[in-house]
Amino acid sequence: MTKTVEQLDRVIIRFAGDSGDGMQLTGDRFTSETAVFGNDISTLPDFPAEIRAPAGSLPGVSGFQVHFADHDILTPGDYPDVLVAMNPAALKTNINDLPKGRTLIVNTDAFVQRNLDKAGYATNPLEDGSLADFQVHAVQITTMTIESVKGIEGITPREAERAKNMFALGLMCWLYGRPVQGTIDFINDKFSKRPEIAAGNIAAFKAGYAFGETSESFSVSYEIKPAKLRPGKYRQINGNSALVYGLVAASIKSGLPLFLGAYPITPASSILEELANFKNFGVRTFQAEDEIAAVGSALGAAFGGALGVTVSAGPGIVLKQEMIGLAIQLELPLVILDIQRAGPSTGMPTKPEQTDLFNVMYGRNGESPIPVIAASTPGQCFYAAIEAARIALTYRTPVFLLSDAYLANGAEPWLIPSMADIPEIPVEFTTKPNRDDGSFWPYLRDEVTLARPWAIPGTPGLEHRIGGIEKANGTGNISYDPDNHDLMTRLRAQKVAGIAGGIPELEVDSCDGARTLVLGWGSTYGPIGAAIKRVRADGLAVDQAHLHYLNPFPRNLGEVLRRYDKVLVPEMNLGQLLQLVRSQFLVDAVGYNRVRGVPFKASELADAITALVNA
Amino acid sequence: MSENGNGGGGLLQLTAKDFKSDQEVRWCPGCGDYAILASVQSFMPELGIPREKIVFVSGIGCSSRFPYYMQTYGMHSIHGRAPAIATGLSTSRPDLSVWVVTGDGDAMSIGGNHLIHALRRNVNLKILLFNNEIYGLTKGQYSPTSPVGKVGKSTPMGSIDRPFLPLSLALGAEATFVARSIDTDRKHLTEVLRTAAQHRGTALVEIYQNCNIYNDNAFDFVRDDKANRIYLEHGKPVRFGADGEKGVVIAEDGAAHVVDVATVGEAALHVHDAHADEPNHAFALSRLSYGAHGGTPIGVFRDIDRPSYDELLTEQLATAVARKGAGDLDALLGSVDTWDV
Repeated sequence: MTKTVEQLDRVIIRFAGDSGDGMQLTGDRFTSETAVFGNDISTLPDFPAEIRAPAGSLPGVSGFQVHFADHDILTPGDYPDVLVAMNPAALKTNINDLPKGRTLIVNTDAFVQRNLDKAGYATNPLEDGSLADFQVHAVQITTMTIESVKGIEGITPREAERAKNMFALGLMCWLYGRPVQGTIDFINDKFSKRPEIAAGNIAAFKAGYAFGETSESFSVSYEIKPAKLRPGKYRQINGNSALVYGLVAASIKSGLPLFLGAYPITPASSILEELANFKNFGVRTFQAEDEIAAVGSALGAAFGGALGVTVSAGPGIVLKQEMIGLAIQLELPLVILDIQRAGPSTGMPTKPEQTDLFNVMYGRNGESPIPVIAASTPGQCFYAAIEAARIALTYRTPVFLLSDAYLANGAEPWLIPSMADIPEIPVEFTTKPNRDDGSFWPYLRDEVTLARPWAIPGTPGLEHRIGGIEKANGTGNISYDPDNHDLMTRLRAQKVAGIAGGIPELEVDSCDGARTLVLGWGSTYGPIGAAIKRVRADGLAVDQAHLHYLNPFPRNLGEVLRRYDKVLVPEMNLGQLLQLVRSQFLVDAVGYNRVRGVPFKASELADAITALVNA
Repeated sequence: MSENGNGGGGLLQLTAKDFKSDQEVRWCPGCGDYAILASVQSFMPELGIPREKIVFVSGIGCSSRFPYYMQTYGMHSIHGRAPAIATGLSTSRPDLSVWVVTGDGDAMSIGGNHLIHALRRNVNLKILLFNNEIYGLTKGQYSPTSPVGKVGKSTPMGSIDRPFLPLSLALGAEATFVARSIDTDRKHLTEVLRTAAQHRGTALVEIYQNCNIYNDNAFDFVRDDKANRIYLEHGKPVRFGADGEKGVVIAEDGAAHVVDVATVGEAALHVHDAHADEPNHAFALSRLSYGAHGGTPIGVFRDIDRPSYDELLTEQLATAVARKGAGDLDALLGSVDTWDV
């Protein structure tokens, strides 16, 4: 049978199945093949916090959306073009996102009464006509998977059945003309100790591919040409890995050994796990007994001259705040990564939100100013980590870096940086007395940065004590003097405010005649950018600016905001940046706020922007 | 200078005076802390470690002011967290000698978690726990080591909490070094500190310390009544009393009991083994002070050799370099699937 190949410029695929079905792995592999093929990609893994919710249940559904294109894309896509549903629960939880007329591939073998009951289907949707609006490909994925592995010695029926995700992957690879060798190599490597399992998975993968080629169900396959990205060597990266590499780069560029204190928490744990593999870079990772010890150990290491880092998500950050207050008082460098997730309390651990901004800005006792920066894309996390370390080390202050669950797990192509191109982070420990009389004052500040000297234990003659009690400016001795406390409070605030002098001005992506600005921060960069493209394509003049520095703000922010009649601030919270800019600059900015635990869709933002422009 | 910061063999000519900072000591007149400070300052030169290699880290409480008075590096941190901070410092700087000064509230209540985990990890820390069985800095509330019935400002009808025995807790937490001394017994305290300083890993030293303002005379039964001091000596039968007429046996049920030597005979007495693998005998001895207010063991209960946390981590770092070579980030970033545009 002759099959035709159609050209597409972009496709969004969503794989959905049971948590135990290997959907994340399937999505990862498809993404890898797609990335290596040269498409631009953006992914959205979406999984439950439960490791294995009851099989076949609605809460147990795990999904992975990948958007790939022959051009520069910014988001994982609003709605899938293709939904692969491995069971009724996956169909039920995802079908409402699939636009009419799009492609649905279902594993018919899973549509048995028991699974239909668990998903709450009164009748079988494959038979009751409810899917008539979609291009349905009903495929016996489980049956054909089991068939494909027959004859492989040593593989159990359960193991054979578990390879069905590879069948689905094979089918999708055929449908979109993806290369296959990478996946075969991957499987061989992953199951190197169980060659029969590797053989079974490869057989299922090839069977899926062959099924696409031969089945009459699929008459068309698609081609999406490589994207024309900036020239260079690329790999794919997710936000947490990029943070890890950025921290290691900062350690190399500052010449300071990296010490990470961490306590496992979703979605931050992978940073601890990955950094634990960097021991040959001199990286010490310490899995502490709790969040407080995690940050405390990092602060202790910083006192000793290390690049001290801790990482957590909201519930852990609140526990760390007292120690962060101490770091502010001690004026020691410390990097705190907050991989934000939906709250309050446990909230929704695997889902993103931008709701920790107030917490990191204000969640401590006393006047305790702290620099805050935010990463905007998975790849940008690398540079954000370096910048957080630079600010911490230069100004001797704890620094918050905000990421979120979306950046943490989402992947995109990444132009691999060369270490030679990354600027050094100059750090000088104080080794000599800093007073004419030969004494050492631990709180004698640098005139420009207001940073205090960093004299680490082991330095002869500079023995000194620091602590959480208010200190006299200069000497660092305990002081309850009213004027001194007022002075120290203002100095700490000035020091942080002064960082604005050493960071870039806010850049505006502008177009002629725009009277409306969309101002964002963090992971909304992609959806806002995609929305801006859409509204501009519709003929609207709208400018965009994205903040990477939240405290202090870029020094031109007020001036930028005042240029516009209207300012829209989309956030995955109820208006935290909005309040900051309104109170600081007295501009009548308005918010677009949703806290659904999922990234914004470009379409909803485009609607919100259009509505504001036309209002 | 030994690599682990535990001292040994330096030719430094330091004196107690060299360890006194220029800060005015601000404890209440008559506080037991003065005696401990004097003992530590006069003991420090013995370590043979230069001052710049010594760090005192404390939490919050009266005892936690200690670092300000030591002419070494120091950090007065926040309540209960000193062991956590010191763990990061000690782990990243194995060349330092890191000391933690804490109290019964700081270590056993708000910071209990950090204490037990430091002990089980055997981090290279020397922890001095000043136990006065009261909250002093907050002016007289009962503490986790106060006896049942303790009348304090927050317990007008007497405490109904069963107290911790710090040493029993430490032994349960897999501590490798556990000792006790008394603020006013300078000779004994110095001896215990000396042994603790030489220990590989975490050493916990409980020091009975008199708070003359809020809990005066709490330890009179052993501070004043010297006949009640059971000096533990490794390899020797456990005897005490004015003429050594009393002793300790460990009964079949594992509990320690005070006996008359004349009645049971010296051969029946428990022979103290500070280096025993199992902590059960040390634990039995630690229980002797539970509310008994009689014979109370002081000295080194347990002192066993186990690698310290920083040694093991440093070893892993070296192994990683041996296996993978020194880190090369450029090579690592390009070691996964890449493509050229």
